[in-house]
Amino acid sequence: MNLVLPLPVAIPLLTAAFLVLTDHVAPRPLQDAVGIAGAAGGTATSLIVMVQAQAGEQLHWFGGWQPRHGLAIGIAFAADPLGAGMASLATGLSLLVLVYSLTYMREESRIFDVLVLVFGGAMAGFALTGDLFNMFVWFELMGVAAYALAGFKVEELGPIQGAVNFAVSNTFGAYLILLGIGLLYARTGALNLAHIGHALTVSHKVDGLVVVALTLLAVGFLVKAAIVPFHFWLADAHAVAPAPVCVLFSGAMVEIGLIAIARLYWTIFATPLGAHHLELRGTLIWLGVVTALVGAVMAFLQRHLKRMLAYSTICHAGIMLAGIGLLGSKGLAGAANLVLSHGFLKGGLFLVCGLVLLQLKDIDELRLHGAGKGLSAGAVLWAAGSFGLVGFPFVGAFLGHSLVDEGASATGIEWLQPLLMVAAGVSAAALFRAGARVFLGWGPRDDDLLTEEPPESPSEQTANAPLMASVAAVAIVLGLVASVVPGLEQRTEAAADRFGDQPAYVQRVLHGKPLPGPSHREPFSVKNAPGSSWGFGIGSLVIAVGGAAFGLWRRRLPMLARDAADRWLGPGVNVLKAAHSGIVGDYLLWIAFGTAVLGGVWALTLR
Amino acid sequence: MSILPYLCAGWICLVGLYGAITSRNLIHQALCLTVMQSSTYLLLLAIGYVKGGAPPIFKGVKLGTKAVDPVVQALTLTDIVVSVTVIALILALGLDAHKDAESIDPDELVGLHG
Repeated sequence: MNLVLPLPVAIPLLTAAFLVLTDHVAPRPLQDAVGIAGAAGGTATSLIVMVQAQAGEQLHWFGGWQPRHGLAIGIAFAADPLGAGMASLATGLSLLVLVYSLTYMREESRIFDVLVLVFGGAMAGFALTGDLFNMFVWFELMGVAAYALAGFKVEELGPIQGAVNFAVSNTFGAYLILLGIGLLYARTGALNLAHIGHALTVSHKVDGLVVVALTLLAVGFLVKAAIVPFHFWLADAHAVAPAPVCVLFSGAMVEIGLIAIARLYWTIFATPLGAHHLELRGTLIWLGVVTALVGAVMAFLQRHLKRMLAYSTICHAGIMLAGIGLLGSKGLAGAANLVLSHGFLKGGLFLVCGLVLLQLKDIDELRLHGAGKGLSAGAVLWAAGSFGLVGFPFVGAFLGHSLVDEGASATGIEWLQPLLMVAAGVSAAALFRAGARVFLGWGPRDDDLLTEEPPESPSEQTANAPLMASVAAVAIVLGLVASVVPGLEQRTEAAADRFGDQPAYVQRVLHGKPLPGPSHREPFSVKNAPGSSWGFGIGSLVIAVGGAAFGLWRRRLPMLARDAADRWLGPGVNVLKAAHSGIVGDYLLWIAFGTAVLGGVWALTLR
Repeated sequence: MSILPYLCAGWICLVGLYGAITSRNLIHQALCLTVMQSSTYLLLLAIGYVKGGAPPIFKGVKLGTKAVDPVVQALTLTDIVVSVTVIALILALGLDAHKDAESIDPDELVGLHG
């Protein structure tokens, strides 16, 4: 029984309750201090759990309802290093957000801090729990906090639209998850992940019911993870949410959906569906690749900076899903490293957006043409953050990309990494182009390729820009060094190995047995990353720079080339733009369509 | 065990989905989500149903008495509580939309697109 384990959830939630209770009673600075202390406490305890979990899953059975003879009735937190790492990232980002918002978002309402704490605590709970229905509860709790945060500026119309699209799409996803949970409970009589997986493995009965449950659960979590065609809500929610809120959306919430997919696969479905892992791998990888490419192209078509970053998040979520979809520990470790580096880098970039909105009173690439020339801190941070996302050797996302690359070539899927390279390059090209236009004044002032979005009202003037810039700098530096932290790659790989070891997980959770020692094998080291990873990193940078130059100066291309580009790319671009209609009914239809297709494919192949 | 409750659950879910997709009114849309949600109740309760089972209250009842599954009932209650929060939030957003735009048609809220 680990008594620290509930604290990453309990501390932020209790702090939030305290803040509501003392609203209008306690002085403001005290409330700020308590809020930040609460987030810091959550971060510190999740880091402690992460360190403890390296020796084996940490367990906490609430109310002391331990399993007897392998029968789990109680609800447990079961923390492995990756889950605890995700909890640390979520609580850590909420700490950064609270510090950043010390002088920002102040006049709005005190409820902001409360919602951020609840959001962070719920994500930590989701990452730590070992119970399927408990996952659903945390999922809904984080959803409610997130919808409220997305629609925080309700006096404007844009935020209402964004929050409604977000809330309705994700609620639909949540009901699908609940239906899936019901079906699995019907088959196994269990809600504990280890127990469900064990029962399915023993019964040898993998039939239509299990496949339907798999589809419902997968779709529900893929909605959260913003995977095409379930991704539409994400850009709307990000475009309207205040910049610090986007940090949590992009840096942690989307990844929570992905970690749920990984967790469900390895704790429940991996062994029962073991004979079909090739088909599952194929679908997940293709979902990831299509998502990465669609996200990258859509990012390139944006002029609203936060919306651009949102589509770039979709692109990177696709890359992570492709890593997870390799269904091996290398790919999973790569995805986990990408979650870490992307969380900090994208978070930092959103924080720069908040700074831009504060100082330049706008968030639109074209209207801000050259306006950021005096904003050197913002310019440097934007460039560094975008560069980190490219995956250039030894910087930012490189470690994750090279692990995915290694995992892909080990499973004989050599075509994966070139596609992911193109996606990462194109999405970074959008960021480079926007940076060059805003901070350097390059390129023309108008571009009919880019869609105009409603403007966002600037934030209050009392905000402290140096404080905001330094928080953004902390996030971006943490993201940039994520590839070269000594020992990180070995630890992530060991954690991924453990994450995928279902029999050991069952033994540990249901019977409390200590885990067998780690298997000794040659660990991956970023220093001897394969040459292909170097090539892909450099290729991605070339695509990014070339794409940015194309975006800025495509009018200087000869007439013939432009005509050809219009003819070949124009229709596709228009279809993509039209699909992102901003109407929530369309989004639900896409989700329903995606569910039917995915369910159909799995019903045909998983038998 | 009859298959009827399961078919009903599927039907209610699809009806609610159809309503939510075609809705031109945010309040109506929130209610359609509630309809969809009631399919989850039905499914859960159907799963826990035992023919001839007593309610799961075990005080003063002999051991071995047949009873319906209390776990799914607990899940249903939790689901009701959690989802009420979500629906309340969507309704509140609808209220704000009415205040700002004098309209609660989600199709008229389109500022964001592309």
